[in-house]
Amino acid sequence: MGMAAFILRRLAGLVPTLWLVATCVFFLARFAPGGPFDREREMPESAKAALHAHYGLDRPLAEQYGRYMLNLARGDLGPSYKHPGWTVRELIGARALVSLELGLWALLVAITLGVPAGVLAATRPGSLLDRAVTGAATLGVCVPSFVLAPLLVLAFALGSGWFNVLGWETAGDRVLPALSLGLVFAAPAARLARGGMMDVRAQDYMRAAVARGLPPWRIWFVHGLRNALAPVVTWIGPAAAGLISGSFVVESIFNIPGLGKLFVSSAFDREYTMICGTVLFYAAVLLALNLCVECVMAWLNPKLRAGA
Amino acid sequence: MTAPLPAASPRSGREGATPASGAASGAIPPAPRRPGVLRRLTRDRVAVVSAAFLVFCALLCACAPWFFPENFYAAQDRQLGAVPPGAAHWLGTDALGRDLLARLLEGGRVSLTAGLVGTLVSVLIGTTYGIVAGWRGGRAGTVMMQGVDVLAALPFTLFVILLTLFLGRELIWIYAAIGAVSWLSMARIVRNETRLLKTRPFIEAAQCLGQRPARVICRHLLPNLGGVVAIYATLTVPNVMLAEAFISFLGLGIKAPMTSWGLLIKEGADAMEECPWLLVAPVAAFSSTLLALNLFGDALRDALDPRTA
Repeated sequence: MGMAAFILRRLAGLVPTLWLVATCVFFLARFAPGGPFDREREMPESAKAALHAHYGLDRPLAEQYGRYMLNLARGDLGPSYKHPGWTVRELIGARALVSLELGLWALLVAITLGVPAGVLAATRPGSLLDRAVTGAATLGVCVPSFVLAPLLVLAFALGSGWFNVLGWETAGDRVLPALSLGLVFAAPAARLARGGMMDVRAQDYMRAAVARGLPPWRIWFVHGLRNALAPVVTWIGPAAAGLISGSFVVESIFNIPGLGKLFVSSAFDREYTMICGTVLFYAAVLLALNLCVECVMAWLNPKLRAGA
Repeated sequence: MTAPLPAASPRSGREGATPASGAASGAIPPAPRRPGVLRRLTRDRVAVVSAAFLVFCALLCACAPWFFPENFYAAQDRQLGAVPPGAAHWLGTDALGRDLLARLLEGGRVSLTAGLVGTLVSVLIGTTYGIVAGWRGGRAGTVMMQGVDVLAALPFTLFVILLTLFLGRELIWIYAAIGAVSWLSMARIVRNETRLLKTRPFIEAAQCLGQRPARVICRHLLPNLGGVVAIYATLTVPNVMLAEAFISFLGLGIKAPMTSWGLLIKEGADAMEECPWLLVAPVAAFSSTLLALNLFGDALRDALDPRTA
């Protein structure tokens, strides 16, 4: 079976998954206590009823669900309750790019710091460098981004005044958010790169590369890394899920106008259409990303294509 | 209620089998009995230190109500305001004049309990799901595990937030919501282990003797799953605590005047410009507890893993 058929079959499998996610989130949000128009100061019942009628929230739940699913099939995610005049799709489109940029910077930080550190640690197992990297990776797991971000702000924004405390305007504003999100993920990247390299270092072709008199950086980073990267590549899927979670707090700490902030505030406000829309968007992005990772792995190893 | 170590001394089962994790077939001869798990664990200095630290923390938090007057953590003293650490208030006070040490201990009670209750829920769901999927096997088992794969691909905190929306923000429901989404890796591991154990002669013998499946599972399978379950339960505790702190930090978790380490970090981060001590103490408590839990979990895995000599 060819690559195209493999991809097509996997894509077809995504549709029921997304439908299931949409259904679960729809009903979870609807049955949650409170509603989108319960503000701190109660508005008159009649105004609330008018709003409910306007957005079709007074209809039977089954009808609302049917209508939502029909619109969803056409790619319509519904209107936003908190931003009148905007649709959920427009808002997500505007915010997703900001979050994507943050995520890519963070991934860049994680990989450019984590992978070389892991490889260097594996070149001399048991050495001081190795223990330092392993120790730092263990520490990294215990310092989540909502701990790291305030500490970085305290040191580099309030203390030294090098960066702005919040905002997303200049290039400098990218540094602290990307670091607080990315450093957390450098730890697992380093651990995986080290593990992959430890498996590879005993292989014959590595010894052959040494025998040919190649410079050490070429042996480790060209011959070794290529084969040691498989665990890191498969890790990108779960890492992206983690980055999304991390973006919720990093965006709220640095006041970045991204998708994570939109999701958290919609959860606060019970903005049903926005909750469903953002969760579906996240799910679609992650499933697509996992599919890409799977395709890369299947392309590397034809055995996987026939099996699944 | 706040003992920090769930099932710290698992039995290796009456069949004397050690969990043979990661092997592809069931044809592995049972490993010879090694020195007891507890012995191996007490010989590991890192494990002893981290366990002692965790017990100390848990006792401190559990005994806090005896050190302080009732609801002291919420008692305000607006005249006093925020003061740095000193003799009267060892860790200082916040803008409302609340004693940070009392709040830290109360928050620790909530966070550690979250870790334990959430882990308990995740162990119950994960083990049941994993055993069913592994025991049934075949198509049903594959479909069950595909469901786990799909759930694992989605962000975990997203579900916690949605579930707390649905269940409400009472403490017990937050614990349950976190537990209800953190069972995925437990289910995977238990399923793989069950599939391995199911082909072992002692299980087959019990079935041949006509024992009902429920009895075989309870009497013969479960004791042998104890090891892996203990390892992953220990490693689930920090993840559950992280999730609780995470949603509390976002303001979607524990509600004031209740507090938890996540909420204290949030309050500290908001006030760090004027009162950095409000950030430093909760961060130190939270991160060192997570570190100790992770180190202990790794040590437990090494002690139980038959592959490490």
